[in-house]
Amino acid sequence: MRQLRNFLLAGVLGLVAGVGASAHADAAKKITVSCGSNGIERDLCIEGTNEWSKKTGQRVEILSTPNDSNERLGLYQQLLSAGSADVDLYQIDVVWPGILASHLLDLTPHLSEKEISEHVAGALNSNKADGKVVALPWFMDGGVLYYRADLLKKYGQKVPQTWEEMGKVAKLILEKEHAAGNAELWGFVYQGRAYEGLTCNALEWVASTGGGTIVDDKGAVTINNPQAAKAIGLVASWVGKKGSITPEGVLSYSEEEARGIFQSGKSIFMRNWPYAWALLNSKDSAVKGKVVMTSLPSGTAGGPRAATLGGWSLGVSKYTKNPKEAVDLAKFLTGFEQQKMRAIKGSFNPTRVALYSDAEVLKANPHLKELKQVFLSAVPRPAGPTKTKYNRLSAEFWNSVHAVLSQAETAESSLKKLEARLAKTSNGGKW
Amino acid sequence: MQATESTPLLAIPEPGLMKRFWNFLLYSRVLWAWVFLAPTLIALLVVAGRPLFGTFWLSFTDASLLALDEAQFVGFSNYTTVLSDPDWWTAVWNTVVFSVVSVGLETLFGLGIALVLNSTFPGRGLLRAAVLIPWAVPTVVSAKMWTWMFNDIYGVVNHILVLLGVLEQPVAWLANPSTTMAALIFVDVWKTTPFMALLILAGLQMVPKDVYEAAKLDCDSRLKTFFSITLPLIKPTISIAVIFRSLDALRIFDLVYVMAGTTKGTATMSVYARQRLMEFQEFGSGSAASVLIFLIIGFFTVGYLWLIRPSQRES
Repeated sequence: MRQLRNFLLAGVLGLVAGVGASAHADAAKKITVSCGSNGIERDLCIEGTNEWSKKTGQRVEILSTPNDSNERLGLYQQLLSAGSADVDLYQIDVVWPGILASHLLDLTPHLSEKEISEHVAGALNSNKADGKVVALPWFMDGGVLYYRADLLKKYGQKVPQTWEEMGKVAKLILEKEHAAGNAELWGFVYQGRAYEGLTCNALEWVASTGGGTIVDDKGAVTINNPQAAKAIGLVASWVGKKGSITPEGVLSYSEEEARGIFQSGKSIFMRNWPYAWALLNSKDSAVKGKVVMTSLPSGTAGGPRAATLGGWSLGVSKYTKNPKEAVDLAKFLTGFEQQKMRAIKGSFNPTRVALYSDAEVLKANPHLKELKQVFLSAVPRPAGPTKTKYNRLSAEFWNSVHAVLSQAETAESSLKKLEARLAKTSNGGKW
Repeated sequence: MQATESTPLLAIPEPGLMKRFWNFLLYSRVLWAWVFLAPTLIALLVVAGRPLFGTFWLSFTDASLLALDEAQFVGFSNYTTVLSDPDWWTAVWNTVVFSVVSVGLETLFGLGIALVLNSTFPGRGLLRAAVLIPWAVPTVVSAKMWTWMFNDIYGVVNHILVLLGVLEQPVAWLANPSTTMAALIFVDVWKTTPFMALLILAGLQMVPKDVYEAAKLDCDSRLKTFFSITLPLIKPTISIAVIFRSLDALRIFDLVYVMAGTTKGTATMSVYARQRLMEFQEFGSGSAASVLIFLIIGFFTVGYLWLIRPSQRES
């Protein structure tokens, strides 16, 4: 009996102690971060936030979000428009600051001139809305060209410097390879499905041909110009049945479909994001060791190169209960050490200029040396000037380009109609 | 009548007002019917009525997903926006084509399969279960699966068709609107025919065996038996199945969204509404599109009910 009583007493005491301990833990503030969960992304996010917890004694919780970025935006909008304090830190796409700005904390007062200048200018500028920095760049992306070095060498071809050259090289190699029995080979694949990826691709064709960026910095619609029509028309002229450079199926390809074709050795050129590099050189890849990654061609000889700027940033919710800690965590995760760790362990391209000449980062990502220029001059999509209407603009643009690629319309007439529609959507360029 | 009025069978004293009220409470069927219905009605009002009303209200405002609280009443302008948008009409047309063709094919194939499954043969139980597999696979999974199979370069569909000599060279199925629509309809038929077959099978099993025996005695041919006995008797079942499927097909979203995205050439009404609501953050015009979908589906339902009414009166 006595034993039982002691046992119970011990139990009660233990319970009280437990409650006391958890009450103590609650004194530490809890910050909730939404992180992407593609591949290694989630692990690195946990690693980074754990480090911050250790340093500051605060707790961090991680919210898993949908991989599809459109779905993620929908979720964020629901949380934010309800004024929810459940999530303090949001990982946002480089084209969302304009859409989400009214719900994000202005970070400008928390940043020194020096801190701002340490980031790649293009990446940082994309995170500004009405002149205020609303998110800190975390990692970045830019469109690149992959080509089959073995095939180019076999036929004594140089790496094409312009789009037209690329078309010619592809045609030449295709004719010879088809004659030699390699019937399933194609010339150039990219992301041609009617979605955001096509906007990224087409922007590169247009911008590198001197056709502008659909909408200029002030919001005026500039897309209806001869250079833009020439660029889109050229790429569209390659699409067709067997014997053409690009398979008709490109109209339904996103990143992974294009990579599937290139990686199985069925295309000479591919436009994709840098993520494909590691996969193309993985153990079971048919093109392992035969691929080179370089910057995309220009529209004119010696002309500009253009890679559409992609990437993700961290923004602090306006409704957070712990703004000080949330901002501190955002600055910690986007800081030098964290970006270096992520670049080495997960090939996330840093947004800090200094890391592009860091020996350890370059050792893990030798291609960054060549891509530095691509990233430093990456072309942002016109999300800034179009603010909350960026998604509308993008959908109109990709639909117009898709119509040209599928040969339903000529580039000239499609862009002319696009201009009229955008003028209406933007309320005459006011957005 | 007169007798009951002057001399009641049982001499019940005229009840007092209170008593009558009690009797009403206790014995009124109408009242109790309402009492028992109330929980369901309240639940329906909360989970279906309120959101529906909310959508109606939003469709008359300029609400944006970013600032739902700042919505202003704008009258019918969202409706004029949607109705004057050619993309909306393309979406309506796509949905109608998809629904009519897919439901038509599903009914035909479903009827065929149900007839086979209704006859007695060894392994019938196993086959009945196996037929249901496509229907049991979640739509998003089967849509993704078929997207890979329809791929132009490494898809198995092209491989088989070229091997069989049906095609000379691979077709890029998901590249242009007409072949994409054909592929969408194909996948939907593959997926939903089992559902149709099962419903019709249930109808077939309710047909009494003796009418067939009578037909046998009259030496009617199998074909005549089918058209003059089986078909009329299962017509109500088929009608209900077709209504179910049509209403489902008219709001098709997942299959189209996964296989073809928001491409204008194949976007259905639901895809259109979702794009406006979530991608463009236009809760006003998106809700207007949703209300229009509601009205169109309502119109179809009423039409169907009107169509099958006479046949039910006969029976």
